[in-house]
Amino acid sequence: MRNVSKSFSSGTLALSDMSLTVEGGEFVSLLGPSGCGKSTALRIISGLGDVTTGSIDWPSSRINSKGLPDGDISFVFQEPTLMPWQTVFGNVYLPLRLKGVSKADASDAITAALETVGLKDFAKAYPRELSGGMKMRVSIARALVTKPKLLLMDEPFAALDEITRQKLNDDVLRLWRETGITVIFVTHSVFESAYLSNRIVVMKARPGRVHADFPLQTSLERGPLYRTSEEYRAACEKVSASLLEAIGGPEAAAMEMH
Amino acid sequence: MSNAASPSLTQRHRDTMLRILIPIAVVVALILLWQILITATGVPQYILPGPAAVGASLVKDWGTLAPALWVTTQITMAALALALVGGVGIAIFLIQSKWIETAFYPIAVILQVTPIVAIAPLILIYAPTTQVALLICAFLVAFFPILSNMVQGLKSVDHNLLNLFDLYGASRWQTLIYLKLPASLPYFMTGLRIGGGLSLIAAVVAEFAAGSAGAGSGLAFRLLEAQYRLNIPRLFAALILLSLLGVVIFGITSFIAWLSLHRWHESSLKREN
Repeated sequence: MRNVSKSFSSGTLALSDMSLTVEGGEFVSLLGPSGCGKSTALRIISGLGDVTTGSIDWPSSRINSKGLPDGDISFVFQEPTLMPWQTVFGNVYLPLRLKGVSKADASDAITAALETVGLKDFAKAYPRELSGGMKMRVSIARALVTKPKLLLMDEPFAALDEITRQKLNDDVLRLWRETGITVIFVTHSVFESAYLSNRIVVMKARPGRVHADFPLQTSLERGPLYRTSEEYRAACEKVSASLLEAIGGPEAAAMEMH
Repeated sequence: MSNAASPSLTQRHRDTMLRILIPIAVVVALILLWQILITATGVPQYILPGPAAVGASLVKDWGTLAPALWVTTQITMAALALALVGGVGIAIFLIQSKWIETAFYPIAVILQVTPIVAIAPLILIYAPTTQVALLICAFLVAFFPILSNMVQGLKSVDHNLLNLFDLYGASRWQTLIYLKLPASLPYFMTGLRIGGGLSLIAAVVAEFAAGSAGAGSGLAFRLLEAQYRLNIPRLFAALILLSLLGVVIFGITSFIAWLSLHRWHESSLKREN
């Protein structure tokens, strides 16, 4: 699934005639006020939600019984969504276990996925022993273990503190660069979207639709240096302005921010 | 003395010892008080025997009481085992669809709310032997808490985890084995502990209602028999055996719950703050 392209439209209130085509290797942020349908859009892309009208097109050849590209999509929820009765290893093993891969065969892939998120030494730990950020890392490792082509993230770091969030942002960027995976990242944070993505889709609420869709190219590599750069500041302002438009004026924006 | 901020190992050891010793000391003290009162007031044994007389009866009548204890234990355990299989099985069946639950759950409720003593005579008529009748009674009482807890547990699975299973194309069977059953384990354990106690109660109550007699009878019958014969020490001895059986069942079920949950579930963890 090199050239991921999806277009869908839905007649429901949540999303109105929304079309979106995503190219392989892109890092797309879906940004918008709450209630703009960005999570709904993500769920439809993942196949968890049905469309009322319209369709999703997959370039992938392997379509499973549920009409989804088999094993090519992973989803990271806002909550870590781990099974408390399983160890970190068991949680990451889950996607492979459901595909009938034996524990011995899956072991290497699991260790690799845990290594990517820096949790190799915590394979035997139970979720309750981990911090919020670490649980999120396990959740990301679980998403990566199937080597997906498309990673969907639904406000994954919204519940984390600023420092942990920045660190995980850097980790996600590194993963994206190393694996060449396509990411669709739902967020309500201007800064997060401006920092992470090379394409931003700003959405408008009631009904949910695309307000603006623009690329975000940077000369600097995204990292701590970029975070303090003028370029980043300009990007934030551009994204912010677009979001304000989508919400409909500075007054409404002020309300949304609180 | 070690300070309160960081309890040393010896102190924790001592806490554990005290937790065991204090209840034992209280029981021993109460038994002593009982004996002293009996001796001081001279109450006749056929009204209220002292603990010494009860102890003597326990030894003397062991030949009668032990088989009865064994019968009651067997009925209780068999009923609990059936209730576990039935409760979990029916719970899995009920959650398959909303319609199935709507159709069948009321029947389970009706079975539960009808007093077992009232149904016992009917069951006695239909069951081939008294033992089977007792078993059915004990099962009917014990299975409902397991069923209702399991239904609750199977339905309380994290929705995002269900989404995740859907996303990875999990079959119905995989979702049940890897997600729903483990997620409802804490609920199952609650059902097990309640069901364990209830199946003993039901085994006794059903035997009272059935009025079984002879060699195959349980402790409840021996209790009634002792009452008719005004053999009050033996009645007390039977009562003590029933209590002990209840305590053992409670201990075993609690231990099983701890064993299966202590590594991950909040209910079995100490607060670390």
